[in-house]
Amino acid sequence: MNNYDIIVVGAGPAGVSAALEMSQAGAKVLLLDEQSSPGGQIYRSITKTSPELLSALGPSYSEGASLVNKLAPSKVHYQPCATVWQFGDDGILLYSVDGQVTQATGKHVILATGALERPVPIPGWTLPGVMTAGAAQILLKSSGVVPEQAVLAGSGPLLYLLATQLIRAGSPPKALVETQTTSDFIAALRFLPRTFAAWKMMAKGLDLMREIKKAGVPRYKSARDLTAIGTTQVKALTFEAKGIKHKLDCDSLLLHQGVVPNTQISRSLRLEHRWNKRQACFHPFTNGVGLTTNDTYSIIGDGRAIGGAHVAVLEGQNTGAFVAASFGFQVDPDRVFKLLKILEKERAIRPFLDRLYQPPKEILTPKDETVVCRCEEVSAVDIRDYAKIGCLGPNQTKAFGRSGMGPCQGRCCGLTVTEILASENKLSQQEVGSYRIRSPIKPVTLGEIAQADDDN
Amino acid sequence: MFRRLKPQGQKIQIFFDDQEIEAIEGENLAAALLAADVTHFRSNPVSKQPRAPYCMMGACFECLVEIDGQSKQACMIEATVGLKVGTLKDISGVDDE
Ligand SMILES: Cc1cc2nc3c(=O)[nH]c(=O)nc-3n(C[C@H](O)[C@H](O)[C@H](O)COP(=O)(O)OP(=O)(O)OC[C@H]3O[C@@H](n4cnc5c(N)ncnc54)[C@H](O)[C@@H]3O)c2cc1C
Ligand code: FES
Repeated sequence: MNNYDIIVVGAGPAGVSAALEMSQAGAKVLLLDEQSSPGGQIYRSITKTSPELLSALGPSYSEGASLVNKLAPSKVHYQPCATVWQFGDDGILLYSVDGQVTQATGKHVILATGALERPVPIPGWTLPGVMTAGAAQILLKSSGVVPEQAVLAGSGPLLYLLATQLIRAGSPPKALVETQTTSDFIAALRFLPRTFAAWKMMAKGLDLMREIKKAGVPRYKSARDLTAIGTTQVKALTFEAKGIKHKLDCDSLLLHQGVVPNTQISRSLRLEHRWNKRQACFHPFTNGVGLTTNDTYSIIGDGRAIGGAHVAVLEGQNTGAFVAASFGFQVDPDRVFKLLKILEKERAIRPFLDRLYQPPKEILTPKDETVVCRCEEVSAVDIRDYAKIGCLGPNQTKAFGRSGMGPCQGRCCGLTVTEILASENKLSQQEVGSYRIRSPIKPVTLGEIAQADDDN
Repeated sequence: MFRRLKPQGQKIQIFFDDQEIEAIEGENLAAALLAADVTHFRSNPVSKQPRAPYCMMGACFECLVEIDGQSKQACMIEATVGLKVGTLKDISGVDDE
Protein backbone atom coordinates (compact mmCIF):
# COMPACT_ATOMS: atom_id res chain seq x y z
CA MET A 1 0.00 0.00 0.00
CA ASN A 2 1.06 3.52 -0.74
CA ASN A 3 0.39 5.39 2.46
CA TYR A 4 1.42 8.98 2.90
CA ASP A 5 0.93 11.65 5.52
CA ILE A 6 -0.16 14.09 2.84
CA ILE A 7 -0.84 13.80 -0.88
CA VAL A 8 -0.65 16.96 -2.97
CA VAL A 9 -2.28 16.94 -6.40
CA GLY A 10 -0.86 19.51 -8.83
CA ALA A 11 2.79 20.55 -9.16
CA GLY A 12 2.23 24.22 -10.00
CA PRO A 13 3.48 27.02 -7.75
CA ALA A 14 0.85 26.20 -5.09
CA GLY A 15 1.41 22.44 -4.97
CA VAL A 16 5.21 22.56 -5.14
CA SER A 17 5.50 25.06 -2.30
CA ALA A 18 3.01 23.14 -0.12
CA ALA A 19 4.84 19.85 -0.72
CA LEU A 20 8.23 21.42 0.11
CA GLU A 21 6.88 23.07 3.25
CA MET A 22 5.46 19.83 4.64
CA SER A 23 8.37 17.66 3.64
CA GLN A 24 10.82 20.06 5.32
CA ALA A 25 8.74 19.72 8.48
CA GLY A 26 9.25 15.93 8.30
CA ALA A 27 6.01 14.73 6.68
CA LYS A 28 5.94 11.94 4.09
CA VAL A 29 4.56 13.69 1.01
CA LEU A 30 3.44 12.40 -2.39
CA LEU A 31 3.15 15.03 -5.15
CA LEU A 32 1.20 13.97 -8.25
CA ASP A 33 0.90 15.86 -11.55
CA GLU A 34 -0.29 14.81 -14.98
CA GLN A 35 2.36 16.86 -16.79
CA SER A 36 5.77 15.38 -17.56
CA SER A 37 7.60 18.10 -15.62
CA PRO A 38 6.76 20.36 -12.67
CA GLY A 39 5.79 24.05 -12.85
CA GLY A 40 2.03 24.11 -13.43
CA GLN A 41 0.55 26.46 -16.01
CA ILE A 42 2.64 29.55 -15.35
CA TYR A 43 6.01 27.77 -15.09
CA ARG A 44 5.19 25.02 -17.55
CA SER A 45 8.26 23.09 -18.83
CA ILE A 46 10.59 25.41 -16.88
CA THR A 47 13.06 22.63 -16.10
CA LYS A 48 13.51 21.98 -19.85
CA THR A 49 13.39 25.43 -21.52
CA SER A 50 16.25 26.64 -23.71
CA PRO A 51 18.00 29.94 -22.82
CA GLU A 52 16.55 31.68 -25.94
CA LEU A 53 13.03 30.71 -24.99
CA LEU A 54 13.65 31.77 -21.37
CA SER A 55 14.48 35.29 -22.50
CA ALA A 56 11.38 35.48 -24.73
CA LEU A 57 9.15 34.27 -21.90
CA GLY A 58 10.55 36.97 -19.61
CA PRO A 59 11.24 37.32 -15.88
CA SER A 60 7.69 36.43 -14.71
CA TYR A 61 8.40 32.96 -16.15
CA SER A 62 12.07 32.46 -15.34
CA GLU A 63 11.57 33.43 -11.67
CA GLY A 64 9.74 30.09 -11.30
CA ALA A 65 12.99 28.15 -11.64
CA SER A 66 14.14 28.99 -8.11
CA LEU A 67 11.01 27.36 -6.67
CA VAL A 68 10.71 24.37 -9.00
CA ASN A 69 14.43 23.48 -8.76
CA LYS A 70 14.03 22.89 -5.02
CA LEU A 71 11.86 19.87 -5.76
CA ALA A 72 14.50 17.43 -7.06
CA PRO A 73 16.86 17.60 -4.04
CA SER A 74 13.93 17.47 -1.58
CA LYS A 75 12.41 14.41 0.10
CA VAL A 76 9.06 14.94 -1.67
CA HIS A 77 8.03 11.86 -3.64
CA TYR A 78 7.18 13.56 -6.94
CA GLN A 79 5.40 11.49 -9.57
CA PRO A 80 5.05 13.13 -13.01
CA CYS A 81 2.69 11.95 -15.80
CA ALA A 82 0.21 10.90 -13.10
CA THR A 83 -3.41 11.70 -13.92
CA VAL A 84 -5.53 11.44 -10.80
CA TRP A 85 -9.03 10.39 -11.82
CA GLN A 86 -10.75 9.32 -8.64
CA PHE A 87 -10.84 11.10 -5.31
CA GLY A 88 -12.30 9.24 -2.32
CA ASP A 89 -13.90 11.07 0.62
CA ASP A 90 -11.40 9.30 2.87
CA GLY A 91 -8.22 10.41 1.03
CA ILE A 92 -7.88 7.33 -1.18
CA LEU A 93 -6.88 8.37 -4.71
CA LEU A 94 -6.60 6.45 -7.95
CA TYR A 95 -4.18 7.65 -10.60
CA SER A 96 -2.80 6.37 -13.89
CA VAL A 97 0.73 6.62 -15.21
CA ASP A 98 0.92 5.41 -18.79
CA GLY A 99 -2.17 3.22 -18.40
CA GLN A 100 -0.96 1.70 -15.10
CA VAL A 101 -3.29 2.36 -12.19
CA THR A 102 -2.00 3.03 -8.67
CA GLN A 103 -3.92 3.60 -5.47
CA ALA A 104 -2.47 5.93 -2.86
CA THR A 105 -3.84 7.02 0.50
CA GLY A 106 -3.18 10.28 2.29
CA LYS A 107 -4.22 11.15 5.83
CA HIS A 108 -4.83 14.50 4.20
CA VAL A 109 -5.05 15.59 0.55
CA ILE A 110 -4.22 19.06 -0.75
CA LEU A 111 -5.73 19.92 -4.13
CA ALA A 112 -3.53 22.37 -6.06
CA THR A 113 -5.01 21.70 -9.47
CA GLY A 114 -5.24 25.29 -10.66
CA ALA A 115 -7.49 27.12 -13.06
CA LEU A 116 -9.03 26.75 -16.48
CA GLU A 117 -9.40 29.58 -18.94
CA ARG A 118 -12.93 30.92 -18.89
CA PRO A 119 -14.87 29.69 -21.92
CA VAL A 120 -15.12 32.39 -24.60
CA PRO A 121 -18.26 31.44 -26.54
CA ILE A 122 -18.40 33.71 -29.58
CA PRO A 123 -19.93 32.71 -32.92
CA GLY A 124 -17.36 30.59 -34.75
CA TRP A 125 -15.22 29.73 -31.71
CA THR A 126 -15.26 26.03 -32.63
CA LEU A 127 -13.38 26.63 -35.92
CA PRO A 128 -9.88 25.16 -36.25
CA GLY A 129 -7.39 27.99 -35.74
CA VAL A 130 -9.37 29.46 -32.83
CA MET A 131 -7.62 28.72 -29.55
CA THR A 132 -7.24 30.23 -26.14
CA ALA A 133 -4.39 32.62 -25.42
CA GLY A 134 -3.21 30.15 -22.78
CA ALA A 135 -3.10 27.39 -25.39
CA ALA A 136 -0.75 29.46 -27.56
CA GLN A 137 1.37 30.11 -24.51
CA ILE A 138 1.57 26.38 -23.78
CA LEU A 139 2.69 25.75 -27.39
CA LEU A 140 5.44 28.31 -26.88
CA LYS A 141 6.55 27.11 -23.42
CA SER A 142 6.37 23.38 -24.07
CA SER A 143 7.55 23.16 -27.68
CA GLY A 144 8.78 26.54 -28.95
CA VAL A 145 5.93 26.63 -31.49
CA VAL A 146 4.40 30.05 -32.28
CA PRO A 147 1.36 31.23 -34.26
CA GLU A 148 2.09 33.65 -37.10
CA GLN A 149 0.20 36.91 -37.47
CA ALA A 150 -2.24 35.88 -34.76
CA VAL A 151 -5.09 38.10 -33.65
CA LEU A 152 -5.41 38.20 -29.84
CA ALA A 153 -8.90 39.02 -28.62
CA GLY A 154 -10.65 39.44 -25.28
CA SER A 155 -9.54 40.75 -21.94
CA GLY A 156 -7.14 40.06 -19.09
CA PRO A 157 -3.48 40.38 -18.16
CA LEU A 158 -2.53 37.14 -19.92
CA LEU A 159 -3.43 38.73 -23.28
CA TYR A 160 -0.78 41.43 -22.87
CA LEU A 161 1.76 38.99 -21.47
CA LEU A 162 1.30 36.64 -24.43
CA ALA A 163 1.54 39.56 -26.88
CA THR A 164 4.94 40.56 -25.48
CA GLN A 165 6.14 36.95 -25.35
CA LEU A 166 5.25 36.54 -29.05
CA ILE A 167 6.96 39.83 -29.90
CA ARG A 168 10.16 38.73 -28.13
CA ALA A 169 9.98 35.31 -29.80
CA GLY A 170 10.00 37.10 -33.18
CA SER A 171 6.40 36.42 -34.16
CA PRO A 172 4.45 39.54 -33.13
CA PRO A 173 0.66 39.33 -33.20
CA LYS A 174 -1.22 41.10 -35.98
CA ALA A 175 -3.50 42.95 -33.55
CA LEU A 176 -4.89 43.09 -30.03
CA VAL A 177 -8.69 43.36 -29.86
CA GLU A 178 -9.74 44.27 -26.33
CA THR A 179 -13.27 43.99 -24.97
CA GLN A 180 -12.37 46.12 -21.99
CA THR A 181 -13.84 49.65 -21.99
CA THR A 182 -12.85 52.99 -20.46
CA SER A 183 -15.77 52.69 -18.05
CA ASP A 184 -14.35 49.36 -16.85
CA PHE A 185 -11.14 51.22 -16.05
CA ILE A 186 -12.91 53.98 -14.19
CA ALA A 187 -15.06 51.53 -12.24
CA ALA A 188 -11.95 49.53 -11.33
CA LEU A 189 -10.00 52.53 -10.00
CA ARG A 190 -12.25 52.54 -6.95
CA PHE A 191 -10.68 49.21 -5.95
CA LEU A 192 -7.05 50.24 -6.43
CA PRO A 193 -5.32 49.49 -3.13
CA ARG A 194 -2.70 51.79 -1.60
CA THR A 195 -0.07 49.08 -1.35
CA PHE A 196 3.41 48.86 -2.77
CA ALA A 197 2.65 45.43 -4.30
CA ALA A 198 -0.26 46.98 -6.22
CA TRP A 199 1.93 49.74 -7.65
CA LYS A 200 4.59 47.26 -8.62
CA MET A 201 2.00 45.23 -10.51
CA MET A 202 0.61 48.33 -12.26
CA ALA A 203 4.12 49.32 -13.32
CA LYS A 204 4.69 45.84 -14.77
CA GLY A 205 1.43 46.11 -16.72
CA LEU A 206 2.43 49.50 -18.14
CA ASP A 207 5.79 48.07 -19.21
CA LEU A 208 3.97 45.38 -21.21
CA MET A 209 1.74 47.99 -22.91
CA ARG A 210 4.82 50.03 -23.83
CA GLU A 211 6.49 47.00 -25.35
CA ILE A 212 3.38 46.22 -27.42
CA LYS A 213 3.18 49.83 -28.64
CA LYS A 214 6.88 49.91 -29.53
CA ALA A 215 6.46 46.78 -31.65
CA GLY A 216 3.73 48.58 -33.60
CA VAL A 217 0.98 46.08 -32.78
CA PRO A 218 -2.38 47.86 -33.28
CA ARG A 219 -4.81 47.81 -30.33
CA TYR A 220 -8.59 48.05 -30.69
CA LYS A 221 -10.45 48.87 -27.47
CA SER A 222 -14.09 48.49 -26.33
CA ALA A 223 -14.63 45.78 -28.97
CA ARG A 224 -18.10 44.21 -29.21
CA ASP A 225 -19.86 41.59 -31.36
CA LEU A 226 -16.76 39.45 -31.79
CA THR A 227 -17.30 36.79 -34.47
CA ALA A 228 -14.88 34.23 -35.89
CA ILE A 229 -15.45 33.85 -39.64
CA GLY A 230 -14.67 30.73 -41.66
CA THR A 231 -16.04 27.36 -42.77
CA THR A 232 -13.40 24.72 -42.10
CA GLN A 233 -10.72 27.05 -40.70
CA VAL A 234 -10.87 30.51 -39.17
CA LYS A 235 -10.29 33.19 -41.83
CA ALA A 236 -11.07 36.42 -40.00
CA LEU A 237 -12.31 38.10 -36.84
CA THR A 238 -15.06 40.68 -37.19
CA PHE A 239 -16.06 43.09 -34.42
CA GLU A 240 -17.31 46.57 -33.73
CA ALA A 241 -15.21 49.10 -31.84
CA LYS A 242 -16.36 52.65 -31.07
CA GLY A 243 -19.11 52.46 -33.67
CA ILE A 244 -16.86 51.21 -36.49
CA LYS A 245 -17.08 47.70 -37.93
CA HIS A 246 -13.75 45.92 -38.43
CA LYS A 247 -12.63 42.76 -40.16
CA LEU A 248 -9.16 41.37 -39.48
CA ASP A 249 -8.02 38.48 -41.67
CA CYS A 250 -6.18 35.79 -39.69
CA ASP A 251 -5.76 32.04 -39.56
CA SER A 252 -4.92 32.08 -35.86
CA LEU A 253 -7.33 33.69 -33.42
CA LEU A 254 -6.42 33.55 -29.72
CA LEU A 255 -9.25 34.24 -27.27
CA HIS A 256 -9.04 35.00 -23.56
CA GLN A 257 -11.38 36.21 -20.82
CA GLY A 258 -9.40 35.42 -17.70
CA VAL A 259 -9.17 32.20 -15.73
CA VAL A 260 -11.56 30.49 -13.30
CA PRO A 261 -10.98 27.77 -10.68
CA ASN A 262 -11.18 24.27 -12.13
CA THR A 263 -13.82 22.75 -9.86
CA GLN A 264 -14.17 19.31 -11.48
CA ILE A 265 -12.41 17.54 -8.60
CA SER A 266 -14.03 19.52 -5.79
CA ARG A 267 -17.43 18.94 -7.45
CA SER A 268 -16.78 15.20 -7.74
CA LEU A 269 -16.18 15.20 -3.97
CA ARG A 270 -19.52 17.01 -3.42
CA LEU A 271 -17.75 19.81 -1.56
CA GLU A 272 -19.65 23.02 -0.97
CA HIS A 273 -19.16 25.73 -3.60
CA ARG A 274 -20.16 29.36 -3.55
CA TRP A 275 -20.75 31.74 -6.41
CA ASN A 276 -18.26 34.58 -6.39
CA LYS A 277 -19.79 37.62 -8.00
CA ARG A 278 -16.53 39.52 -8.36
CA GLN A 279 -14.83 36.70 -10.30
CA ALA A 280 -18.10 35.53 -11.95
CA CYS A 281 -17.44 31.86 -11.14
CA PHE A 282 -17.83 29.24 -8.42
CA HIS A 283 -15.23 28.89 -5.67
CA PRO A 284 -14.96 25.80 -3.49
CA PHE A 285 -15.89 26.98 0.00
CA THR A 286 -12.80 27.04 2.22
CA ASN A 287 -11.74 28.51 5.56
CA GLY A 288 -8.75 30.84 6.04
CA VAL A 289 -6.18 28.06 5.65
CA GLY A 290 -7.84 26.39 2.68
CA LEU A 291 -9.71 23.62 4.51
CA THR A 292 -12.82 22.50 2.60
CA THR A 293 -16.14 21.15 3.84
CA ASN A 294 -14.50 17.69 3.92
CA ASP A 295 -11.81 17.69 6.68
CA THR A 296 -9.57 15.38 4.64
CA TYR A 297 -9.24 17.93 1.79
CA SER A 298 -7.73 21.38 1.46
CA ILE A 299 -7.59 23.49 -1.70
CA ILE A 300 -4.89 26.04 -2.52
CA GLY A 301 -3.86 28.27 -5.42
CA ASP A 302 -5.96 29.23 -8.42
CA GLY A 303 -8.21 26.20 -7.84
CA ARG A 304 -9.47 27.91 -4.67
CA ALA A 305 -9.89 31.45 -5.98
CA ILE A 306 -8.00 33.28 -8.71
CA GLY A 307 -5.05 34.97 -7.02
CA GLY A 308 -2.10 34.48 -9.38
CA ALA A 309 1.23 32.75 -8.93
CA HIS A 310 2.56 34.68 -5.92
CA VAL A 311 -0.63 34.08 -3.96
CA ALA A 312 -0.47 30.41 -5.02
CA VAL A 313 3.04 30.07 -3.51
CA LEU A 314 2.03 31.78 -0.27
CA GLU A 315 -1.13 29.68 0.05
CA GLY A 316 0.99 26.57 -0.51
CA GLN A 317 3.31 27.57 2.34
CA ASN A 318 0.48 28.64 4.60
CA THR A 319 -1.71 25.56 4.17
CA GLY A 320 1.39 23.35 4.09
CA ALA A 321 2.57 24.73 7.42
CA PHE A 322 -0.90 24.44 8.94
CA VAL A 323 -1.48 20.85 7.78
CA ALA A 324 2.01 19.75 8.86
CA ALA A 325 1.50 21.31 12.30
CA SER A 326 -1.92 19.71 12.67
CA PHE A 327 -0.33 16.29 12.15
CA GLY A 328 2.26 17.02 14.83
CA PHE A 329 5.23 17.94 12.63
CA GLN A 330 7.68 20.66 13.66
CA VAL A 331 6.56 24.06 12.35
CA ASP A 332 7.35 27.51 13.74
CA PRO A 333 4.04 28.37 15.45
CA ASP A 334 4.08 31.95 14.16
CA ARG A 335 4.59 30.97 10.53
CA VAL A 336 0.95 30.31 9.68
CA PHE A 337 -0.10 33.73 10.99
CA LYS A 338 2.77 35.60 9.39
CA LEU A 339 1.91 34.06 6.03
CA LEU A 340 -1.76 34.97 6.41
CA LYS A 341 -0.73 38.62 6.88
CA ILE A 342 1.46 38.59 3.76
CA LEU A 343 -1.32 36.87 1.82
CA GLU A 344 -3.75 39.61 2.73
CA LYS A 345 -1.41 42.22 1.22
CA GLU A 346 -0.69 40.12 -1.86
CA ARG A 347 -4.42 39.56 -2.53
CA ALA A 348 -5.25 43.27 -2.24
CA ILE A 349 -4.86 43.95 -5.97
CA ARG A 350 -7.46 41.31 -6.99
CA PRO A 351 -10.67 43.35 -6.71
CA PHE A 352 -9.07 45.95 -9.00
CA LEU A 353 -8.00 43.35 -11.59
CA ASP A 354 -11.31 41.47 -11.37
CA ARG A 355 -13.27 44.64 -12.09
CA LEU A 356 -10.89 45.92 -14.75
CA TYR A 357 -11.01 42.70 -16.78
CA GLN A 358 -14.62 41.76 -16.05
CA PRO A 359 -15.93 39.67 -18.96
CA PRO A 360 -18.55 41.45 -21.08
CA LYS A 361 -22.16 40.31 -21.03
CA GLU A 362 -21.94 38.92 -24.58
CA ILE A 363 -19.41 36.38 -23.29
CA LEU A 364 -21.25 35.43 -20.09
CA THR A 365 -24.64 35.04 -21.79
CA PRO A 366 -23.86 34.68 -25.49
CA LYS A 367 -26.12 35.43 -28.43
CA ASP A 368 -28.66 32.77 -29.44
CA GLU A 369 -26.81 31.21 -32.38
CA THR A 370 -23.54 30.77 -30.47
CA VAL A 371 -22.47 27.22 -29.70
CA VAL A 372 -22.25 26.84 -25.92
CA CYS A 373 -21.47 23.13 -25.53
CA ARG A 374 -18.66 22.42 -27.99
CA CYS A 375 -18.82 18.62 -27.60
CA GLU A 376 -22.52 18.18 -28.37
CA GLU A 377 -23.03 21.40 -30.36
CA VAL A 378 -25.74 22.81 -28.14
CA SER A 379 -26.35 26.54 -28.74
CA ALA A 380 -27.36 29.35 -26.40
CA VAL A 381 -30.85 29.39 -27.94
CA ASP A 382 -31.28 25.69 -27.07
CA ILE A 383 -30.48 26.38 -23.40
CA ARG A 384 -32.91 29.33 -23.44
CA ASP A 385 -35.59 27.09 -24.95
CA TYR A 386 -35.04 24.48 -22.21
CA ALA A 387 -35.51 27.24 -19.63
CA LYS A 388 -38.80 28.28 -21.27
CA ILE A 389 -40.18 24.76 -20.87
CA GLY A 390 -39.18 24.48 -17.24
CA CYS A 391 -35.49 23.61 -17.05
CA LEU A 392 -34.14 25.11 -13.81
CA GLY A 393 -30.66 23.70 -13.40
CA PRO A 394 -27.64 22.51 -15.40
CA ASN A 395 -28.23 18.84 -14.56
CA GLN A 396 -31.69 19.05 -16.05
CA THR A 397 -30.33 20.40 -19.34
CA LYS A 398 -28.90 16.91 -19.83
CA ALA A 399 -32.44 15.54 -19.92
CA PHE A 400 -33.54 18.18 -22.44
CA GLY A 401 -30.52 17.95 -24.71
CA ARG A 402 -27.00 16.67 -24.39
CA SER A 403 -25.11 19.70 -23.13
CA GLY A 404 -22.35 18.74 -20.70
CA MET A 405 -22.48 15.07 -21.68
CA GLY A 406 -19.55 14.97 -24.09
CA PRO A 407 -15.96 14.06 -23.31
CA CYS A 408 -15.09 17.42 -21.72
CA GLN A 409 -17.67 16.75 -18.99
CA GLY A 410 -18.91 20.34 -19.00
CA ARG A 411 -15.52 22.01 -18.54
CA CYS A 412 -16.16 24.25 -21.58
CA CYS A 413 -19.89 24.96 -21.13
CA GLY A 414 -20.61 24.67 -17.39
CA LEU A 415 -20.30 28.33 -16.47
CA THR A 416 -22.14 29.53 -19.57
CA VAL A 417 -25.06 27.16 -18.94
CA THR A 418 -25.29 28.37 -15.33
CA GLU A 419 -25.26 32.03 -16.45
CA ILE A 420 -27.90 31.55 -19.16
CA LEU A 421 -30.25 29.60 -16.88
CA ALA A 422 -29.80 32.19 -14.11
CA SER A 423 -30.66 35.02 -16.46
CA GLU A 424 -33.62 33.24 -18.12
CA ASN A 425 -35.14 31.96 -14.87
CA LYS A 426 -34.37 35.14 -12.88
CA LEU A 427 -32.46 33.11 -10.32
CA SER A 428 -29.04 33.69 -8.81
CA GLN A 429 -26.13 31.62 -10.13
CA GLN A 430 -25.87 30.06 -6.66
CA GLU A 431 -29.49 28.89 -6.89
CA VAL A 432 -28.97 27.52 -10.39
CA GLY A 433 -25.83 25.64 -9.35
CA SER A 434 -23.67 23.63 -11.73
CA TYR A 435 -23.24 20.23 -13.35
CA ARG A 436 -22.89 17.25 -11.04
CA ILE A 437 -19.49 15.68 -11.71
CA ARG A 438 -18.89 11.97 -11.31
CA SER A 439 -15.72 9.88 -11.23
CA PRO A 440 -13.70 9.18 -13.25
CA ILE A 441 -13.02 12.89 -13.68
CA LYS A 442 -10.71 12.12 -16.60
CA PRO A 443 -11.50 9.54 -19.28
CA VAL A 444 -9.95 6.18 -18.45
CA THR A 445 -10.10 2.89 -20.33
CA LEU A 446 -12.14 -0.06 -19.15
CA GLY A 447 -8.79 -1.78 -18.57
CA GLU A 448 -7.79 0.89 -16.08
CA ILE A 449 -11.08 0.56 -14.22
CA ALA A 450 -10.66 -3.23 -14.12
CA GLN A 451 -7.12 -2.82 -12.73
CA ALA A 452 -8.45 -0.58 -9.99
CA ASP A 453 -11.12 -3.16 -9.09
CA ASP A 454 -8.53 -5.95 -8.96
CA ASP A 455 -6.33 -3.93 -6.62
CA ASN A 456 -9.15 -3.27 -4.18
CA MET B 1 -0.37 28.90 -39.23
CA PHE B 2 2.29 27.84 -36.77
CA ARG B 3 6.04 27.92 -36.88
CA ARG B 4 8.69 26.18 -34.81
CA LEU B 5 11.32 28.51 -33.38
CA LYS B 6 14.90 27.25 -33.35
CA PRO B 7 14.37 23.46 -33.05
CA GLN B 8 15.84 22.03 -29.84
CA GLY B 9 16.61 18.35 -29.68
CA GLN B 10 16.49 15.32 -31.92
CA LYS B 11 14.51 15.41 -35.18
CA ILE B 12 12.26 12.35 -35.55
CA GLN B 13 9.55 11.08 -37.92
CA ILE B 14 5.98 10.47 -36.82
CA PHE B 15 2.91 9.61 -38.88
CA PHE B 16 -0.46 11.31 -39.13
CA ASP B 17 -2.97 9.27 -41.14
CA ASP B 18 0.01 7.49 -42.76
CA GLN B 19 1.62 10.80 -43.82
CA GLU B 20 5.18 11.20 -42.60
CA ILE B 21 5.69 14.26 -40.43
CA GLU B 22 8.84 15.73 -38.94
CA ALA B 23 8.78 16.30 -35.19
CA ILE B 24 11.18 16.87 -32.31
CA GLU B 25 11.59 14.02 -29.88
CA GLY B 26 9.71 14.68 -26.65
CA GLU B 27 7.81 17.74 -27.87
CA ASN B 28 4.09 18.02 -27.32
CA LEU B 29 2.27 15.90 -29.93
CA ALA B 30 -0.44 18.50 -30.63
CA ALA B 31 2.30 21.11 -31.09
CA ALA B 32 4.15 18.81 -33.50
CA LEU B 33 1.00 18.28 -35.58
CA LEU B 34 0.14 22.00 -35.63
CA ALA B 35 3.72 22.87 -36.65
CA ALA B 36 3.30 20.40 -39.53
CA ASP B 37 0.19 22.33 -40.68
CA VAL B 38 -2.32 19.70 -39.56
CA THR B 39 -5.50 21.75 -39.08
CA HIS B 40 -8.10 19.02 -38.83
CA PHE B 41 -7.58 16.77 -35.77
CA ARG B 42 -11.05 15.28 -35.48
CA SER B 43 -14.61 15.85 -36.63
CA ASN B 44 -17.32 16.77 -34.19
CA PRO B 45 -19.53 13.68 -33.90
CA VAL B 46 -22.75 15.74 -34.05
CA SER B 47 -22.10 18.27 -36.83
CA LYS B 48 -19.17 16.44 -38.50
CA GLN B 49 -17.36 19.81 -38.58
CA PRO B 50 -13.55 19.81 -38.34
CA ARG B 51 -11.99 20.56 -34.97
CA ALA B 52 -8.48 21.28 -33.74
CA PRO B 53 -6.83 21.97 -30.36
CA TYR B 54 -8.51 24.73 -28.37
CA CYS B 55 -7.11 24.63 -24.81
CA MET B 56 -3.82 22.66 -24.98
CA MET B 57 -4.27 21.69 -21.33
CA GLY B 58 -6.45 18.62 -21.39
CA ALA B 59 -9.80 20.33 -20.81
CA CYS B 60 -11.62 20.61 -24.16
CA PHE B 61 -10.93 17.24 -25.88
CA GLU B 62 -10.85 18.89 -29.32
CA CYS B 63 -7.40 17.38 -29.93
CA LEU B 64 -8.57 13.75 -29.69
CA VAL B 65 -6.66 11.44 -32.03
CA GLU B 66 -6.36 7.70 -32.38
CA ILE B 67 -3.21 5.93 -31.20
CA ASP B 68 -3.01 2.13 -30.95
CA GLY B 69 -6.77 1.91 -31.43
CA GLN B 70 -7.47 4.18 -28.47
CA SER B 71 -8.59 7.79 -28.41
CA LYS B 72 -5.99 10.05 -26.81
CA GLN B 73 -5.66 13.76 -26.16
CA ALA B 74 -2.79 14.87 -28.41
CA CYS B 75 -2.07 17.85 -26.14
CA MET B 76 -1.27 15.53 -23.22
CA ILE B 77 1.19 13.28 -25.08
CA GLU B 78 4.78 13.65 -26.22
CA ALA B 79 6.01 12.79 -29.72
CA THR B 80 8.12 9.63 -29.87
CA VAL B 81 10.04 8.01 -32.74
CA GLY B 82 7.72 6.47 -35.36
CA LEU B 83 4.51 7.26 -33.44
CA LYS B 84 1.46 6.43 -35.57
CA VAL B 85 -1.38 8.88 -35.08
CA GLY B 86 -4.70 8.91 -36.92
CA THR B 87 -7.98 10.77 -36.98
CA LEU B 88 -10.60 9.10 -34.82
CA LYS B 89 -12.87 6.61 -36.50
CA ASP B 90 -15.21 5.97 -33.60
CA ILE B 91 -15.27 8.31 -30.64
CA SER B 92 -18.09 6.61 -28.76
CA GLY B 93 -15.51 5.08 -26.42
CA VAL B 94 -14.72 8.42 -24.81
CA ASP B 95 -18.27 9.43 -24.01
CA ASP B 96 -18.70 9.49 -20.25
CA GLU B 97 -22.09 7.86 -20.40
C1 LIG C 1 -3.32 27.97 -19.74
C2 LIG C 1 -2.94 28.91 -18.64
C3 LIG C 1 -1.80 29.71 -18.75
C4 LIG C 1 -1.44 30.58 -17.73
N1 LIG C 1 -0.32 31.36 -17.87
C5 LIG C 1 0.01 32.25 -16.90
C6 LIG C 1 1.15 33.10 -17.02
O1 LIG C 1 1.90 33.01 -18.00
N2 LIG C 1 1.40 34.00 -16.04
C7 LIG C 1 0.61 34.11 -14.93
O2 LIG C 1 0.87 34.94 -14.05
N3 LIG C 1 -0.47 33.30 -14.78
C8 LIG C 1 -0.78 32.40 -15.74
N4 LIG C 1 -1.89 31.60 -15.59
C9 LIG C 1 -2.67 31.72 -14.35
C10 LIG C 1 -2.21 30.58 -13.43
O3 LIG C 1 -3.36 29.83 -13.14
C11 LIG C 1 -1.53 30.98 -12.15
O4 LIG C 1 -0.71 32.08 -12.25
C12 LIG C 1 -0.70 29.84 -11.51
O5 LIG C 1 -0.20 28.95 -12.47
C13 LIG C 1 -1.59 29.12 -10.55
O6 LIG C 1 -0.84 28.17 -9.87
P1 LIG C 1 -1.49 26.88 -9.24
O7 LIG C 1 -0.36 26.17 -8.56
O8 LIG C 1 -2.67 27.25 -8.43
O9 LIG C 1 -2.05 26.01 -10.46
P2 LIG C 1 -1.38 25.51 -11.83
O10 LIG C 1 -0.14 26.22 -12.09
O11 LIG C 1 -2.46 25.57 -12.84
O12 LIG C 1 -1.03 23.99 -11.54
C14 LIG C 1 -1.99 22.98 -11.46
C15 LIG C 1 -1.36 21.65 -11.81
O13 LIG C 1 -2.29 20.61 -11.48
C16 LIG C 1 -2.17 19.60 -12.42
N5 LIG C 1 -3.43 18.84 -12.44
C17 LIG C 1 -4.69 19.32 -12.62
N6 LIG C 1 -5.60 18.33 -12.56
C18 LIG C 1 -4.90 17.19 -12.33
C19 LIG C 1 -5.29 15.82 -12.16
N7 LIG C 1 -6.57 15.44 -12.20
N8 LIG C 1 -4.30 14.91 -11.97
C20 LIG C 1 -2.99 15.28 -11.93
N9 LIG C 1 -2.58 16.57 -12.06
C21 LIG C 1 -3.52 17.50 -12.27
C22 LIG C 1 -1.87 20.30 -13.72
O14 LIG C 1 -1.17 19.45 -14.61
C23 LIG C 1 -1.02 21.48 -13.27
O15 LIG C 1 0.35 21.24 -13.42
C24 LIG C 1 -2.26 30.69 -16.58
C25 LIG C 1 -3.40 29.89 -16.47
C26 LIG C 1 -3.75 29.00 -17.47
C27 LIG C 1 -4.98 28.16 -17.30
S1 FES D 1 -6.54 20.81 -26.86
FE1 FES D 1 -8.03 20.83 -25.31
S2 FES D 1 -7.84 18.82 -24.55
FE2 FES D 1 -6.23 18.89 -25.94
